[in-house]
Amino acid sequence: MSVELEFWLFAVAAGTSLLGGVLGMASGVFIVPVLTLFGHLDIHSAIGASLVSVIACSCASAAPFLQERLTNIRLAIVLETATTLGALTGVLLVGVVPISLLFVLFGLVLLLAAAQMLRARRQTIQPGSGRSSSWQLGASYPDTELGSEVAYEVHRVPAGLGLMYLAGLLSALLGIGSGVLKVPAMDTALRLPIKVSSATSNFMIGVTAAASAGIYLHRGYIDPGLAMPVTLGVAGGSFVGAMLLKNASVQRLRTFFRVVILALGVETIYNGWVGKI
Amino acid sequence: MYTEQKMETQMGALLRAGVILACGIMLAGGALYLMKNGGGHESYKAFRAEPAPLRSFTGIWRQTRAGSADGIVQLGVLAMIATPVLRVAFAVYGFARRRQWLFVAVSIIVLALLGYGLSERG
Repeated sequence: MSVELEFWLFAVAAGTSLLGGVLGMASGVFIVPVLTLFGHLDIHSAIGASLVSVIACSCASAAPFLQERLTNIRLAIVLETATTLGALTGVLLVGVVPISLLFVLFGLVLLLAAAQMLRARRQTIQPGSGRSSSWQLGASYPDTELGSEVAYEVHRVPAGLGLMYLAGLLSALLGIGSGVLKVPAMDTALRLPIKVSSATSNFMIGVTAAASAGIYLHRGYIDPGLAMPVTLGVAGGSFVGAMLLKNASVQRLRTFFRVVILALGVETIYNGWVGKI
Repeated sequence: MYTEQKMETQMGALLRAGVILACGIMLAGGALYLMKNGGGHESYKAFRAEPAPLRSFTGIWRQTRAGSADGIVQLGVLAMIATPVLRVAFAVYGFARRRQWLFVAVSIIVLALLGYGLSERG
Protein backbone atom coordinates (compact mmCIF):
# COMPACT_ATOMS: atom_id res chain seq x y z
CA MET A 1 0.00 0.00 0.00
CA SER A 2 1.32 3.40 -0.91
CA VAL A 3 2.97 5.53 1.72
CA GLU A 4 0.76 8.51 0.85
CA LEU A 5 -2.34 6.46 1.57
CA GLU A 6 -0.92 5.39 4.92
CA PHE A 7 -0.29 8.98 5.95
CA TRP A 8 -3.64 10.13 4.64
CA LEU A 9 -5.36 7.46 6.74
CA PHE A 10 -3.36 8.46 9.78
CA ALA A 11 -4.21 12.13 9.28
CA VAL A 12 -7.93 11.50 8.81
CA ALA A 13 -8.07 9.26 11.87
CA ALA A 14 -6.12 11.73 13.97
CA GLY A 15 -8.17 14.69 12.83
CA THR A 16 -11.56 13.12 13.46
CA SER A 17 -10.62 11.70 16.84
CA LEU A 18 -9.00 14.96 17.90
CA LEU A 19 -12.20 16.85 17.14
CA GLY A 20 -14.19 14.11 18.79
CA GLY A 21 -11.97 14.17 21.85
CA VAL A 22 -12.26 17.94 22.23
CA LEU A 23 -16.03 17.86 21.88
CA GLY A 24 -16.39 14.80 24.04
CA MET A 25 -18.07 12.71 21.43
CA ALA A 26 -17.35 9.68 19.35
CA SER A 27 -14.95 9.67 16.47
CA GLY A 28 -15.76 6.12 15.45
CA VAL A 29 -18.81 7.05 13.42
CA PHE A 30 -16.75 9.15 11.04
CA ILE A 31 -13.99 6.82 10.15
CA VAL A 32 -15.90 4.34 8.03
CA PRO A 33 -17.97 6.89 6.05
CA VAL A 34 -14.93 9.06 5.38
CA LEU A 35 -12.74 6.13 4.39
CA THR A 36 -15.36 4.70 2.06
CA LEU A 37 -16.80 7.87 0.56
CA PHE A 38 -13.56 9.81 0.16
CA GLY A 39 -10.93 7.11 0.28
CA HIS A 40 -12.96 4.67 -1.79
CA LEU A 41 -11.92 1.83 0.43
CA ASP A 42 -13.95 -1.33 0.76
CA ILE A 43 -16.46 -1.01 3.59
CA HIS A 44 -15.60 -4.31 5.31
CA SER A 45 -11.92 -3.48 5.55
CA ALA A 46 -12.82 0.01 6.75
CA ILE A 47 -15.11 -1.42 9.43
CA GLY A 48 -12.41 -3.83 10.58
CA ALA A 49 -9.86 -1.04 10.92
CA SER A 50 -12.37 1.23 12.64
CA LEU A 51 -13.26 -1.47 15.17
CA VAL A 52 -9.66 -1.83 16.30
CA SER A 53 -9.25 1.94 16.58
CA VAL A 54 -12.42 2.19 18.67
CA ILE A 55 -10.87 -0.19 21.20
CA ALA A 56 -7.80 2.04 21.34
CA CYS A 57 -9.88 5.14 21.94
CA SER A 58 -11.92 3.51 24.70
CA CYS A 59 -8.97 2.03 26.58
CA ALA A 60 -6.82 5.15 26.22
CA SER A 61 -9.43 7.45 27.74
CA ALA A 62 -10.61 5.03 30.44
CA ALA A 63 -7.93 5.93 32.98
CA PRO A 64 -8.85 9.62 33.46
CA PHE A 65 -12.53 8.77 33.95
CA LEU A 66 -11.65 6.04 36.42
CA GLN A 67 -9.37 8.45 38.23
CA GLU A 68 -12.23 10.89 38.62
CA ARG A 69 -14.39 8.04 39.97
CA LEU A 70 -17.11 8.64 37.40
CA THR A 71 -17.17 5.16 35.88
CA ASN A 72 -19.54 2.64 37.43
CA ILE A 73 -17.65 -0.60 36.81
CA ARG A 74 -20.30 -2.79 38.39
CA LEU A 75 -22.98 -1.43 36.10
CA ALA A 76 -20.59 -1.67 33.19
CA ILE A 77 -19.92 -5.36 33.63
CA VAL A 78 -23.64 -6.11 33.95
CA LEU A 79 -24.47 -4.15 30.81
CA GLU A 80 -21.56 -5.73 28.99
CA THR A 81 -23.32 -9.09 29.03
CA ALA A 82 -25.89 -7.48 26.76
CA THR A 83 -23.47 -5.58 24.56
CA THR A 84 -21.25 -8.59 23.92
CA LEU A 85 -24.27 -10.75 23.09
CA GLY A 86 -25.46 -8.01 20.76
CA ALA A 87 -22.05 -7.81 19.14
CA LEU A 88 -21.90 -11.55 18.56
CA THR A 89 -25.37 -11.36 16.99
CA GLY A 90 -24.27 -8.41 14.87
CA VAL A 91 -21.36 -10.36 13.45
CA LEU A 92 -23.79 -13.03 12.30
CA LEU A 93 -25.59 -10.34 10.31
CA VAL A 94 -22.44 -9.24 8.53
CA GLY A 95 -22.59 -10.47 4.99
CA VAL A 96 -26.35 -10.88 5.22
CA VAL A 97 -27.08 -7.18 5.38
CA PRO A 98 -26.62 -5.48 2.00
CA ILE A 99 -23.91 -2.83 1.93
CA SER A 100 -26.25 -0.08 0.80
CA LEU A 101 -28.34 -0.70 3.91
CA LEU A 102 -25.20 -0.43 6.02
CA PHE A 103 -24.63 2.98 4.53
CA VAL A 104 -28.15 4.11 5.31
CA LEU A 105 -27.65 2.92 8.88
CA PHE A 106 -24.41 4.85 9.10
CA GLY A 107 -26.06 7.99 7.85
CA LEU A 108 -28.85 7.61 10.40
CA VAL A 109 -26.33 7.18 13.21
CA LEU A 110 -24.51 10.31 12.05
CA LEU A 111 -27.75 12.31 12.02
CA LEU A 112 -28.53 10.96 15.47
CA ALA A 113 -25.12 12.13 16.66
CA ALA A 114 -25.74 15.60 15.21
CA ALA A 115 -29.13 15.77 16.91
CA GLN A 116 -27.60 14.78 20.23
CA MET A 117 -25.10 17.58 19.99
CA LEU A 118 -27.97 20.02 19.67
CA ARG A 119 -29.90 18.89 22.72
CA ALA A 120 -28.52 19.73 26.11
CA ARG A 121 -28.42 16.62 28.23
CA ARG A 122 -30.82 16.85 31.07
CA GLN A 123 -29.95 15.18 34.29
CA THR A 124 -32.83 13.20 35.81
CA ILE A 125 -31.27 11.34 38.66
CA GLN A 126 -33.03 10.24 41.75
CA PRO A 127 -30.76 10.50 44.73
CA GLY A 128 -29.85 7.30 46.47
CA SER A 129 -32.31 6.31 49.14
CA GLY A 130 -29.69 4.55 51.17
CA ARG A 131 -31.33 1.18 50.66
CA SER A 132 -29.32 -1.08 48.39
CA SER A 133 -31.41 -2.73 45.72
CA SER A 134 -31.03 -6.35 44.81
CA TRP A 135 -28.97 -5.36 41.78
CA GLN A 136 -26.26 -3.77 43.94
CA LEU A 137 -25.53 -1.25 41.24
CA GLY A 138 -25.94 2.03 43.07
CA ALA A 139 -22.90 4.17 43.68
CA SER A 140 -21.82 7.73 44.22
CA TYR A 141 -19.65 10.12 42.31
CA PRO A 142 -17.92 13.41 43.13
CA ASP A 143 -19.91 16.27 41.61
CA THR A 144 -17.50 19.11 40.95
CA GLU A 145 -20.23 21.69 40.61
CA LEU A 146 -21.91 20.82 43.85
CA GLY A 147 -18.58 20.19 45.45
CA SER A 148 -19.78 17.05 47.17
CA GLU A 149 -20.32 13.36 46.75
CA VAL A 150 -23.65 12.50 45.14
CA ALA A 151 -25.21 9.10 45.53
CA TYR A 152 -27.39 7.64 42.81
CA GLU A 153 -29.36 4.54 42.03
CA VAL A 154 -29.68 2.72 38.73
CA HIS A 155 -33.21 2.25 37.41
CA ARG A 156 -34.90 0.08 34.80
CA VAL A 157 -31.96 -2.20 34.24
CA PRO A 158 -33.87 -4.61 31.94
CA ALA A 159 -34.69 -1.75 29.57
CA GLY A 160 -31.07 -0.73 29.71
CA LEU A 161 -29.97 -4.26 28.87
CA GLY A 162 -32.23 -4.28 25.81
CA LEU A 163 -30.80 -1.01 24.56
CA MET A 164 -27.27 -2.20 25.22
CA TYR A 165 -27.94 -5.32 23.16
CA LEU A 166 -28.90 -3.07 20.24
CA ALA A 167 -25.85 -0.91 20.81
CA GLY A 168 -23.63 -3.99 20.66
CA LEU A 169 -25.30 -5.19 17.51
CA LEU A 170 -24.74 -1.85 15.78
CA SER A 171 -21.19 -1.76 17.01
CA ALA A 172 -20.38 -5.07 15.35
CA LEU A 173 -22.25 -4.25 12.18
CA LEU A 174 -20.85 -0.75 11.64
CA GLY A 175 -17.52 -0.88 13.44
CA ILE A 176 -18.43 1.94 15.81
CA GLY A 177 -18.36 2.27 19.57
CA SER A 178 -22.09 2.97 19.78
CA GLY A 179 -21.56 5.64 22.42
CA VAL A 180 -24.19 7.55 20.48
CA LEU A 181 -26.71 4.93 21.64
CA LYS A 182 -25.26 4.05 25.02
CA VAL A 183 -25.04 7.55 26.44
CA PRO A 184 -28.67 8.57 25.89
CA ALA A 185 -29.78 5.11 27.02
CA MET A 186 -27.96 5.59 30.29
CA ASP A 187 -29.07 9.20 30.66
CA THR A 188 -32.76 8.58 30.17
CA ALA A 189 -33.52 4.87 30.60
CA LEU A 190 -31.20 4.26 33.52
CA ARG A 191 -31.37 7.81 34.85
CA LEU A 192 -27.70 8.14 35.58
CA PRO A 193 -25.90 11.40 36.20
CA ILE A 194 -24.63 12.61 32.83
CA LYS A 195 -20.96 12.43 33.71
CA VAL A 196 -21.38 8.87 34.93
CA SER A 197 -23.12 7.96 31.65
CA SER A 198 -20.30 9.36 29.58
CA ALA A 199 -17.63 7.67 31.64
CA THR A 200 -19.36 4.30 31.85
CA SER A 201 -20.30 4.28 28.17
CA ASN A 202 -16.72 5.06 27.20
CA PHE A 203 -15.53 2.28 29.47
CA MET A 204 -17.85 -0.29 27.90
CA ILE A 205 -17.00 0.51 24.31
CA GLY A 206 -13.69 -1.36 24.36
CA VAL A 207 -15.28 -4.63 25.48
CA THR A 208 -18.14 -4.27 23.01
CA ALA A 209 -15.76 -3.79 20.12
CA ALA A 210 -13.43 -6.58 21.26
CA ALA A 211 -16.33 -9.03 21.14
CA SER A 212 -16.65 -8.72 17.38
CA ALA A 213 -13.10 -7.72 16.50
CA GLY A 214 -11.76 -11.21 17.14
CA ILE A 215 -14.23 -12.71 14.71
CA TYR A 216 -13.46 -10.03 12.15
CA LEU A 217 -9.79 -10.89 12.49
CA HIS A 218 -10.34 -14.59 11.97
CA ARG A 219 -12.48 -13.95 8.91
CA GLY A 220 -9.75 -11.85 7.37
CA TYR A 221 -11.57 -8.52 7.55
CA ILE A 222 -8.79 -6.77 9.45
CA ASP A 223 -6.12 -5.53 7.11
CA PRO A 224 -2.95 -4.56 8.97
CA GLY A 225 -2.15 -1.92 6.37
CA LEU A 226 -5.43 -0.15 7.18
CA ALA A 227 -5.72 -0.95 10.88
CA MET A 228 -2.29 0.37 11.75
CA PRO A 229 -2.51 4.00 10.53
CA VAL A 230 -6.16 4.34 11.58
CA THR A 231 -5.56 2.98 15.09
CA LEU A 232 -2.40 4.99 15.66
CA GLY A 233 -4.14 8.10 14.34
CA VAL A 234 -7.11 7.63 16.65
CA ALA A 235 -4.91 6.90 19.64
CA GLY A 236 -2.83 10.01 19.04
CA GLY A 237 -5.80 12.18 18.17
CA SER A 238 -7.81 11.17 21.25
CA PHE A 239 -4.87 11.83 23.49
CA VAL A 240 -4.20 15.30 22.04
CA GLY A 241 -7.93 16.05 21.91
CA ALA A 242 -8.37 15.24 25.58
CA MET A 243 -5.50 17.58 26.41
CA LEU A 244 -6.97 20.38 24.32
CA LEU A 245 -10.39 19.89 25.87
CA LYS A 246 -9.52 22.22 28.67
CA ASN A 247 -8.63 25.19 26.49
CA ALA A 248 -10.63 24.96 23.28
CA SER A 249 -13.41 27.37 22.43
CA VAL A 250 -15.99 24.64 22.37
CA GLN A 251 -19.03 26.47 21.05
CA ARG A 252 -17.66 27.37 17.66
CA LEU A 253 -16.16 23.95 17.21
CA ARG A 254 -19.49 22.35 18.07
CA THR A 255 -21.31 24.31 15.40
CA PHE A 256 -18.69 23.50 12.81
CA PHE A 257 -18.73 19.87 13.79
CA ARG A 258 -22.50 19.69 13.68
CA VAL A 259 -22.56 21.02 10.15
CA VAL A 260 -19.94 18.52 9.07
CA ILE A 261 -21.81 15.61 10.68
CA LEU A 262 -25.11 16.63 9.11
CA ALA A 263 -23.56 16.93 5.69
CA LEU A 264 -21.77 13.63 6.04
CA GLY A 265 -24.90 11.94 7.30
CA VAL A 266 -27.00 13.11 4.39
CA GLU A 267 -24.31 12.20 1.90
CA THR A 268 -23.98 8.72 3.39
CA ILE A 269 -27.69 8.03 3.32
CA TYR A 270 -27.91 9.29 -0.22
CA ASN A 271 -25.10 7.02 -1.36
CA GLY A 272 -26.65 4.04 0.32
CA TRP A 273 -30.10 4.80 -1.03
CA VAL A 274 -28.97 5.29 -4.57
CA GLY A 275 -26.92 2.14 -4.28
CA LYS A 276 -23.80 3.70 -5.59
CA ILE A 277 -21.69 1.67 -3.21
CA MET B 1 -8.47 -2.83 52.37
CA TYR B 2 -8.95 -3.41 48.68
CA THR B 3 -11.35 -0.63 47.89
CA GLU B 4 -13.30 -0.23 44.67
CA GLN B 5 -11.23 2.86 44.02
CA LYS B 6 -8.04 0.85 44.21
CA MET B 7 -9.49 -1.69 41.81
CA GLU B 8 -10.50 1.07 39.40
CA THR B 9 -7.05 2.64 39.50
CA GLN B 10 -5.43 -0.67 38.72
CA MET B 11 -7.86 -1.24 35.85
CA GLY B 12 -7.03 2.15 34.41
CA ALA B 13 -3.34 1.39 34.57
CA LEU B 14 -3.87 -1.99 32.90
CA LEU B 15 -5.87 -0.46 30.06
CA ARG B 16 -3.37 2.31 29.48
CA ALA B 17 -0.47 -0.15 29.48
CA GLY B 18 -2.30 -2.37 27.01
CA VAL B 19 -2.96 0.46 24.58
CA ILE B 20 0.61 1.70 24.74
CA LEU B 21 2.00 -1.79 24.22
CA ALA B 22 -0.35 -2.55 21.33
CA CYS B 23 0.31 0.79 19.64
CA GLY B 24 4.02 0.30 20.13
CA ILE B 25 3.92 -3.05 18.37
CA MET B 26 1.83 -1.60 15.55
CA LEU B 27 4.21 1.32 15.23
CA ALA B 28 7.15 -1.05 14.97
CA GLY B 29 5.38 -3.02 12.28
CA GLY B 30 4.42 0.16 10.48
CA ALA B 31 7.94 1.54 10.53
CA LEU B 32 9.25 -1.77 9.21
CA TYR B 33 6.66 -1.71 6.46
CA LEU B 34 7.56 1.84 5.40
CA MET B 35 11.23 0.96 5.32
CA LYS B 36 10.63 -2.05 3.13
CA ASN B 37 8.05 -0.68 0.71
CA GLY B 38 8.91 2.64 -0.90
CA GLY B 39 5.78 3.12 -2.89
CA GLY B 40 3.85 0.00 -3.69
CA HIS B 41 0.34 0.81 -4.78
CA GLU B 42 -2.38 -1.72 -4.19
CA SER B 43 -6.00 -1.04 -4.78
CA TYR B 44 -8.25 -1.20 -1.75
CA LYS B 45 -11.48 -0.80 -3.61
CA ALA B 46 -12.31 -4.44 -4.04
CA PHE B 47 -12.55 -6.52 -0.91
CA ARG B 48 -9.90 -9.16 -0.55
CA ALA B 49 -9.90 -11.24 2.58
CA GLU B 50 -6.60 -11.31 4.38
CA PRO B 51 -4.39 -14.31 3.60
CA ALA B 52 -4.71 -17.21 6.04
CA PRO B 53 -1.44 -16.62 7.93
CA LEU B 54 -2.71 -13.23 9.09
CA ARG B 55 -5.96 -14.57 10.47
CA SER B 56 -5.00 -17.15 13.05
CA PHE B 57 -3.04 -16.86 16.28
CA THR B 58 -0.35 -19.34 15.24
CA GLY B 59 -0.13 -17.79 11.81
CA ILE B 60 0.36 -14.29 13.17
CA TRP B 61 3.00 -15.47 15.63
CA ARG B 62 4.88 -17.29 12.90
CA GLN B 63 4.77 -14.23 10.63
CA THR B 64 6.06 -12.06 13.45
CA ARG B 65 8.98 -14.36 14.10
CA ALA B 66 9.74 -14.34 10.40
CA GLY B 67 10.00 -10.56 10.58
CA SER B 68 6.98 -9.82 8.40
CA ALA B 69 5.79 -6.22 8.87
CA ASP B 70 2.17 -7.26 8.34
CA GLY B 71 2.60 -10.02 10.92
CA ILE B 72 3.95 -7.61 13.50
CA VAL B 73 1.13 -5.13 12.95
CA GLN B 74 -1.41 -7.95 13.22
CA LEU B 75 0.22 -8.98 16.50
CA GLY B 76 -0.34 -5.41 17.67
CA VAL B 77 -3.99 -5.71 16.59
CA LEU B 78 -4.29 -8.87 18.69
CA ALA B 79 -2.76 -7.06 21.65
CA MET B 80 -5.28 -4.26 21.24
CA ILE B 81 -8.22 -6.67 21.12
CA ALA B 82 -6.83 -8.54 24.12
CA THR B 83 -6.60 -5.41 26.29
CA PRO B 84 -10.29 -5.07 27.18
CA VAL B 85 -10.51 -8.85 27.53
CA LEU B 86 -7.70 -8.74 30.08
CA ARG B 87 -9.56 -5.96 31.85
CA VAL B 88 -12.55 -8.25 32.29
CA ALA B 89 -10.30 -11.07 33.50
CA PHE B 90 -8.82 -8.64 36.01
CA ALA B 91 -12.36 -7.74 37.09
CA VAL B 92 -12.98 -11.39 38.03
CA TYR B 93 -9.97 -11.18 40.33
CA GLY B 94 -10.86 -7.74 41.67
CA PHE B 95 -14.49 -8.53 42.45
CA ALA B 96 -13.46 -11.83 44.04
CA ARG B 97 -11.00 -10.04 46.25
CA ARG B 98 -13.79 -7.70 47.30
CA ARG B 99 -16.07 -10.68 47.84
CA GLN B 100 -18.65 -9.33 45.41
CA TRP B 101 -19.62 -12.73 44.12
CA LEU B 102 -22.53 -11.61 41.96
CA PHE B 103 -20.15 -9.49 39.91
CA VAL B 104 -17.56 -12.26 39.79
CA ALA B 105 -20.21 -14.42 38.14
CA VAL B 106 -21.24 -11.69 35.70
CA SER B 107 -17.61 -10.99 34.80
CA ILE B 108 -17.04 -14.68 34.09
CA ILE B 109 -20.05 -14.69 31.77
CA VAL B 110 -18.72 -11.69 29.85
CA LEU B 111 -15.28 -13.27 29.72
CA ALA B 112 -16.77 -16.45 28.29
CA LEU B 113 -18.61 -14.48 25.61
CA LEU B 114 -15.45 -12.60 24.73
CA GLY B 115 -13.53 -15.85 24.67
CA TYR B 116 -16.00 -17.30 22.22
CA GLY B 117 -15.54 -14.23 20.04
CA LEU B 118 -11.79 -14.62 20.08
CA SER B 119 -11.84 -18.35 19.48
CA GLU B 120 -11.38 -19.53 15.97
CA ARG B 121 -14.75 -21.13 15.81
CA GLY B 122 -16.70 -17.93 15.08
